[in-house]
Amino acid sequence: MTTNVISLVSIGAHPTSGRPRRAEQDARAVELGLQLAGDNLQVLHAGNIAEPTLRAYLGMGLEQLHVLEQPAGADALPVLGDYLRDAGAQVVLTGTQAETGEGSGMLPFLLAEQLGWPLIVGLAQVESIESGVAHVLQALPRGQRRRLKVRLPFLATVDNAAPKPRQSAYGPAQRGELTAHDVQVLEDELFTGAVLQPAKSRPKRLKVIKAKSGADRMKAATAKASGGGGQVLKGVSPEAGAEAILKLLIEEGVVR
Amino acid sequence: MLNTLLPILLFAALGLAVLGALRRVNMWRRGRASKVDLIGGLLAMPKRYMVDLHHVVARDKYIANTHVATALGFVLSALLAILVHGFGLHNRLLGYALLLASVLMFVGATFVYLRRRNPPSRLSKGPWMRLPKSLMAFSVSFFLVTLPVAGILPADFGGWLLAALLSVGVLWGVSEMFFGMTWGGPMKHAFAGALHLAWHRRAERFGGGRSTGLKPLDLTDKTAPLGVEKPKDFTWNQLLGFDACVQCGKCEAACPAFAAGQPLNPKKLIQDMVVGLAGGTDAKFAGSPYPGKAIGEHGGNPHQPIVNGLVDAQTLWSCTTCRACVEECPMMIEHVDAIVDMRRHLTLEKGATPNKGAEVLENLIATDNPGGFAPGGRMNWAADLNLPLLSDKKTTDVLFWVGDGAFDMRNQRTLRAFVKVLKAAQVDFAVLGLEERDSGDVARRLGDEATFQLLASRNIQTLAKYSFKRIVTCDPHSFHVLKNEYGAFDGHYLVQHHSTYMAELIDEGALNLGQHKGNSVTYHDPCYLGRYNGEYEAPRQVLRALGIEVKEMQRSGFRSRCCGGGGGAPITDIPGKQRIPDMRMEDIRETGAELVAVGCPQCTAMLEGVVEPRPLIKDIAELVADALLEDAAPAKTPIKRPIQHESAEVH
Repeated sequence: MTTNVISLVSIGAHPTSGRPRRAEQDARAVELGLQLAGDNLQVLHAGNIAEPTLRAYLGMGLEQLHVLEQPAGADALPVLGDYLRDAGAQVVLTGTQAETGEGSGMLPFLLAEQLGWPLIVGLAQVESIESGVAHVLQALPRGQRRRLKVRLPFLATVDNAAPKPRQSAYGPAQRGELTAHDVQVLEDELFTGAVLQPAKSRPKRLKVIKAKSGADRMKAATAKASGGGGQVLKGVSPEAGAEAILKLLIEEGVVR
Repeated sequence: MLNTLLPILLFAALGLAVLGALRRVNMWRRGRASKVDLIGGLLAMPKRYMVDLHHVVARDKYIANTHVATALGFVLSALLAILVHGFGLHNRLLGYALLLASVLMFVGATFVYLRRRNPPSRLSKGPWMRLPKSLMAFSVSFFLVTLPVAGILPADFGGWLLAALLSVGVLWGVSEMFFGMTWGGPMKHAFAGALHLAWHRRAERFGGGRSTGLKPLDLTDKTAPLGVEKPKDFTWNQLLGFDACVQCGKCEAACPAFAAGQPLNPKKLIQDMVVGLAGGTDAKFAGSPYPGKAIGEHGGNPHQPIVNGLVDAQTLWSCTTCRACVEECPMMIEHVDAIVDMRRHLTLEKGATPNKGAEVLENLIATDNPGGFAPGGRMNWAADLNLPLLSDKKTTDVLFWVGDGAFDMRNQRTLRAFVKVLKAAQVDFAVLGLEERDSGDVARRLGDEATFQLLASRNIQTLAKYSFKRIVTCDPHSFHVLKNEYGAFDGHYLVQHHSTYMAELIDEGALNLGQHKGNSVTYHDPCYLGRYNGEYEAPRQVLRALGIEVKEMQRSGFRSRCCGGGGGAPITDIPGKQRIPDMRMEDIRETGAELVAVGCPQCTAMLEGVVEPRPLIKDIAELVADALLEDAAPAKTPIKRPIQHESAEVH
């Protein structure tokens, strides 16, 4: 039995030139999908079918790329949800955050909510899929991995811990087909109504170096983050959990 | 008895040779079509053979004379033998002529034999060791059977025993020389070689010409293969060219990758292509293997993919495209074309450019430079130089093509030195600034013809907007591509390397130069300036003008050894036993020079990568700039118009 895997892709932007390219993380989602499903991988994009950059994904050896045709500023969320449900997707892979547009990183969460599927953040590797259950490795900071068992269908985001995408080759990119799907266009008012402004870099915490010796510094640089004031909440009610989180956010000045 | 046996032997061998020739021609015809002047080529062939090919062979006087004697002796002997012994024209004059020809051939064969007594490692052994003996058998047998014809000996001299012995000798001779010529023996080189010269894919190379630019792929033709996957994807005259190889190993001796222990041997590569076009395995190959790869494990046929059957991908990616093999090849075989053709398939169809290749190609597409630097930073090196931009001036004498070295801090010193020279000579020049893109050299040599054509067409569009008399660049790779490879896309320019231009400036007396001070100097010829474009003299002329007496390396001029930086080799980075720049630095050290003058950003980077202590590395522009005499400089007249640099916005 082959698993029905769908990778979602968007148009990326090169970090130094800002020119369109295949998005780094989405390309990794395609790579992971190809490793999982081979030729049976479906790749899906919601947007403009005339965008030449889409061919960069085809260049990874795909025969076909499905495009839900939408103008700029349309909401991709509902049409993606409908398509995924109708296509009988079992594993949906996507990058963590888009390089263009809103780039909020919210899409996988909203999509999972809409579909009612579990979401895995930072998928690094799929170890096995057997009788409707997948064993996967989730990437945690500092190279750590967490083994998860998840029931199909599920949604997963990949980040830089996922395998490097293969090279996009010109020949397959030219031969591959872009298949258009007509979908209902809904304006994304949250996006079109918003004003975009250049991002300010996030203020950094002052780093107080307490280490006296080189060995200490090495340890500080490599050791696992030890959350000094952190606490593990276990077996608490959702309300109590939410309260604890809110309390922390207020303490940290994130919520005022 | 011989009178009846000889015609039978001769005509049987000739008949089999014709059959073999037809069979061989059909093998070549498996290749793709190629536009060649068939008749004109054949007519031009004798001259190409006797002039152009002889020029290459004559670099080794011993073998040149040997070959002239053997080949001339053989051709005459064969023709006369057919007349005298085949058709029975027992004319005394013809008899004497045949005797003379066979003696000439025998003398040649003796020298071939002497060379083969203790052959250098570059020569193939196997059937090639038999060849001098076959040549001798042919010449001696025909000498002896012709003695009666010339009337020197009576017709029945020697009786049955000698007659039988001579028949065996003739049989051996004609088998090797006629039959073997078309059925794949060592003499195949004469048959295929002659036709290869006639229908060469770069006919411009003959008559002292030069043709080094890679041939474009027609990307609009959807039916044409993107590069070469199987032997039959080569053009037919490329296949013919492979067949012309004499396995002399001159290419092997010149190849920097082979010397560095990387898995490439140009001779073996060509022989593998012969295996590919005929079908079989490389087990019979009797020369040096690819370093680190055993012989007998690879095989293929015309319809089977080459890579990972016949040849490993690493072999193709080891090449620095330095063209030393092509320069040395007495058969004028085009190794580099074949390698790039096969790379094209790997990159364009398989997406299998090794190591940093994929990243570099992506960077070239997204940022127009291989390093992935923000395009807005292209002119940062000249922030304080007030360089005139062509987009402001619209017209200029000299367009200074900066190249991607603009992003490299070492090369920025060279660029600034050259600007100093240009300013000192009061040249009317300008730069493209942020409008310039990578020339496409690396992309093309990594096999990415699509990205090359994209960059080339955009650069050509930009250049079409302005008027300039010439392009001058410090980068031989940009120089070569602009000069020789943009023409196919309707970009025709007068392009000069900065050494050529500085030599002109010095000739005109536009520069007030002092003398180079201090250390002794040698000069390293960049492949893309020297072998690709024949410019050996101008850099030396500039150095002489600085009062430098160049301590030449043993391998200099057209025999210069590559620095290891061409053809994307530093990007694909195939491991070997040693590094090419280290070997080149050894060449430099041998001269005892304390400084090596270079004229290429790649060479600079590769040679400076050699660990110290080592000779200093300086670009010719730096040497000239250092020797400029300030007092003669014109009174400082600051450029009045402030130059509007395009906003270099970085996101």
